[in-house]
Formats: sequence, structure tokens, C-alpha cells
Amino acid sequence: MLQSPVQGTVARLTVRGLLGSRRGILLAVVPVLLLMMSAVAAATSGDKHDLTVTILGRLGLGTLVPLLGLVVGTGVIATEIDDGSIVYLLAKPLPRWRIVTTKLIVAVLTTWLFSAVPTLLGGLLLYGTRDGLAFALTLGTMVAGAAYSALFLLLGVASRNAVVIGLGYALIWESLIGNFVKGARTLSIQQWGLSVAKAVASSGSLTADVALGAAVPLLLVVTAAATVLASVKLAGLTLASED
Amino acid sequence: MAVITIDKVSRWFGNVVAVNDVSMSIGPGVTGLLGPNGAGKSTLIHLMSGFLSPSAGTVTLDGATIWRNQEVYREIGLVPERESMYDYLSGWEFVLANAELHGLPDPGAAAKRALALVEMEYAQERQAGTYSKGMKQRVKMASALVHDPSVLLLDEPFNGMDPRQRIQLMDLLRRFGAEGRTVLFSSHILEEVEQLARHIEVVVAGRHAASGDFHRIRRLMTNRPHRYLVRSSDDRRLAAALIADASTAGIELDWQERALRVQAIDFQGFTTLLPRVAKEAGIRILTVSPADESLESVFSYLVSS
Repeated sequence: MLQSPVQGTVARLTVRGLLGSRRGILLAVVPVLLLMMSAVAAATSGDKHDLTVTILGRLGLGTLVPLLGLVVGTGVIATEIDDGSIVYLLAKPLPRWRIVTTKLIVAVLTTWLFSAVPTLLGGLLLYGTRDGLAFALTLGTMVAGAAYSALFLLLGVASRNAVVIGLGYALIWESLIGNFVKGARTLSIQQWGLSVAKAVASSGSLTADVALGAAVPLLLVVTAAATVLASVKLAGLTLASED
Repeated sequence: MAVITIDKVSRWFGNVVAVNDVSMSIGPGVTGLLGPNGAGKSTLIHLMSGFLSPSAGTVTLDGATIWRNQEVYREIGLVPERESMYDYLSGWEFVLANAELHGLPDPGAAAKRALALVEMEYAQERQAGTYSKGMKQRVKMASALVHDPSVLLLDEPFNGMDPRQRIQLMDLLRRFGAEGRTVLFSSHILEEVEQLARHIEVVVAGRHAASGDFHRIRRLMTNRPHRYLVRSSDDRRLAAALIADASTAGIELDWQERALRVQAIDFQGFTTLLPRVAKEAGIRILTVSPADESLESVFSYLVSS
């Protein structure tokens, strides 16, 4: 029997848990920041192309998207595992992979809503449709956002220290080491997103360190493998004993 | 008929053995899982509810392995010890969500029925975060009962309940047991188990200490050798008078403590002997205190016997 990857009740609970609390406000910081900076930059006389790439590529895709993916990806499942309420989802005759795919889809859509949409709006505001730059950066944000969501969801299932490890990956590996060691960029979701963006934009308007032929398979493999692994991990989730 | 069978199960966490070679079988009716804190009760319940894999041995429900088998949840209802649930949901939304997750044909009706069973309809519109401990416990019960399971597992369900709620929950569990469901609850309080379960399983320090009819085990507990510390106006003379009776097994004159250490083998006999002997000999009793009445020592006696 073919089952839909989305279980309605799991999705509803996940969305309410994610957006209902203070975390919802935290998430809103990302689009507000991107849109405000774009608006301010649009009013200045600086080089609009550079400003767009700096704000939406560097700050957005480079810093805010991984952080957003971390908050969302772990938020859709790690919180429930930490406080033990995941029991109510797991003590049900539900295939574990459906819980994971449902939560992943919620995470991806949330990441898109809070990062890809403001990237598109900010890009159009700053640079219009020229060079396809706004669309390219939006697409890059979308693919990277999806991969981050899947990776951080897996971390949320596999480790109690998901946020710390995730921050380590996003800030230390991708940003810090990636800045100095060129090879590190090959294994960087951010660079894969940029590579996709570069392929869509008019030539010369964006630069990326990873070839498209490597970036696309890597994005697919990481997203798919993280999802499968998260399902397996969730099926074998053990509860910490109180005694 | 739903029977959970634990067969030669051990579970260790690193170097710590939480459950040590336990075999037991839990059938229809109410069973109490009794043991001091840290004895491995929660570990056993986690093993039975599929949230822990046995390091050795098997845990099955009617022959089907429970670990990594989500189909067993059609039969099992679990009331976990931890309080956290989806606090942003109302009681109604929470129980309804559980019914939907079970894929029940009419989740609304099932949720309504379950909330009525635990008498929580009056507060079902309130957010779970605002509930008292007892109310949360009942809503958790409702969520576990929503699919009409044949097995109900409850981890320390009476914790934090006031006496009225306790009685209510006991009535409910008794009813489920009488209906032929398999009900297992854990507790570290002897009186709770005594009031509710005919059949008990005792675990102490990860080992299966006793199993069977409550009254038999209770008798074992009362008939064990009791130790007392006695102080009187004339310890030596009292000791001489006490040892003459068959209810005492040994008396030590603890001169540092200035007291007698008495080991009684007949609990009833000794409790009537002591005041009688003292009165006859004109000795004033200053202190009588049980030296080993802690639940732990009662339990460890059970293990050794």
C-alpha cells in the first residue's frame, strides 16, 4: 500500500510546536532582517549587484539560512525528544519514516517561507529581475535550506547535542574553515546552494567554488541519506530511564 | 488474551546493569510492579513498551517481539511517567490527536469516550499546560485508552495525585482489569499496590525478587526477622527476660549505644512480649525503634529468601 509521506496530525502538531512558541518570533528575525537590509540598501547609491550578493548571498545564504535550518530542523523533532513528548507519536502504529518525512516537509516549507521568500522579495527590490540574480539566489536558498533541514533533523534525532554540533558545522566548518581552506568548501551545503544559484544566474554575476556536477548529486545524496538515517534512528529511539 | 512475556531479559547501560536476568509474564488483570526507586521498574516498563531494547533475552506480546515493532501499539496503551505532553494543546485536542495518530475510523468519538472514562470532559477545553499533575495524569490515561487497548502500561501513575484522584484512578484500573485487560502499573509504595493489585511482581536492584499473590508476599514481608533497637532502665535484665521467649532469635548488648539490639523472628509475638516482660520485671522501656523498616531492607530480605 502506498502511503502519503505526510501524516496530517503529525504535521499539525509539528507546525504548532514550531511556530506557536517563542521560537516562532525567533524565526521571524530572519525575514525581517533580510527585508530591512534590502530596503535600506535599495535606498543607497552603492553598487546594487554587490549589495545584493552581499546581503542575500553572504548574509542570507551564507549565515542566516544555515542558522534558520538549524533552529527549524532541530525544532521539528529534537524538542519533542528532549522533553519526552515524542512518546505520543512513537507509541502508535505509524511507520517511522512517515514521521520523519512529515517533519522534514514541515521543516523545509518553513525554511523556505522564512528565507527563500524574503530572499526573492529582497532580490527583486534591490536588483529587479536583472541577470536573473534574485531568482538564482532564491533557488540556491531553497536547495540549501532543504539540505540543511534534512541534516539538522537527523542531528536532532541522533544526538542530544544537536544544536551545538549543528552550530559547529555551520559556523566553524562552513564559515570559518571554509573561508580559509578551499577544500572544505567542497563539503559545504552553502557552497552547493551557491553553485546551483550560479548555474541559474547570467554568467559572471555569481561565483561558486563547487561545480554544478558535484553540487547537485551531493545535495540529493545528503538530503536523502539524512532522511533515511533519521528514520532508522527514530525507529530505534530509546527513552532515557528515570531510574 | 494479551500476555507480555519477559524471558531472561537483562538490560545494561554501559557498566550499569539496570535489569538482571528477569523472567516474568504479565497476563490479564491488574499486576503491580513493586520496587524501591532505582530498582529497574521504569527500565522494565520501557522494555515492555518498546522504548528500550533488551541487551539480552526477549520481550514479546503474545509471541510478537515488541522492540522495533510499531504494530504492537494497536494493542498497547502506554502512560509514561514524564509529565511533558503537548502543552500548547487543549486536553481535547491532545486526546483527539492521539486518536488520529492511531488511525481510528472515528477519532472524535474515540476521544470523547476516552475523556469521559477519566472524567476530564469538564476541563477538556483548557490548555494542557495549565493542568494540575493529577489532571495531566488523567489526560495521559485518556490518550493511552483512546484506541481501546488490551494492554495498559502505567509508569508510577499515582505520583502527584491527591487521595481522591488516586481512588478514582484505582477504580478505573480495577475495572479494566475486571474486563480482562492486561494492566501493569509500577509503584514504590507498598500500600498503593496492596489496594489495587492481587498479583505483584517485585524487583529489587534490577533483580526479580518475588512474584505472585500479594497476600503471600505481604506475609513473607511481615514474617521476616525484624530488628529493633531497645533502650530501657535495665538493658541486661530485659535481655535475659526476652531471650527466654521463642519470638526472639538474638539479642546483643550494644554498650556503646547503651541499647539492646534485638532480632525478632515472630513479629506478632515480639510486639506483645516486649511490653509484657518489661511490666512484669518492673523495667521502664525508653526507646523501641525498628532498625530496618525501610522499604529497601524489606525488599532485600525478599531477594535473599
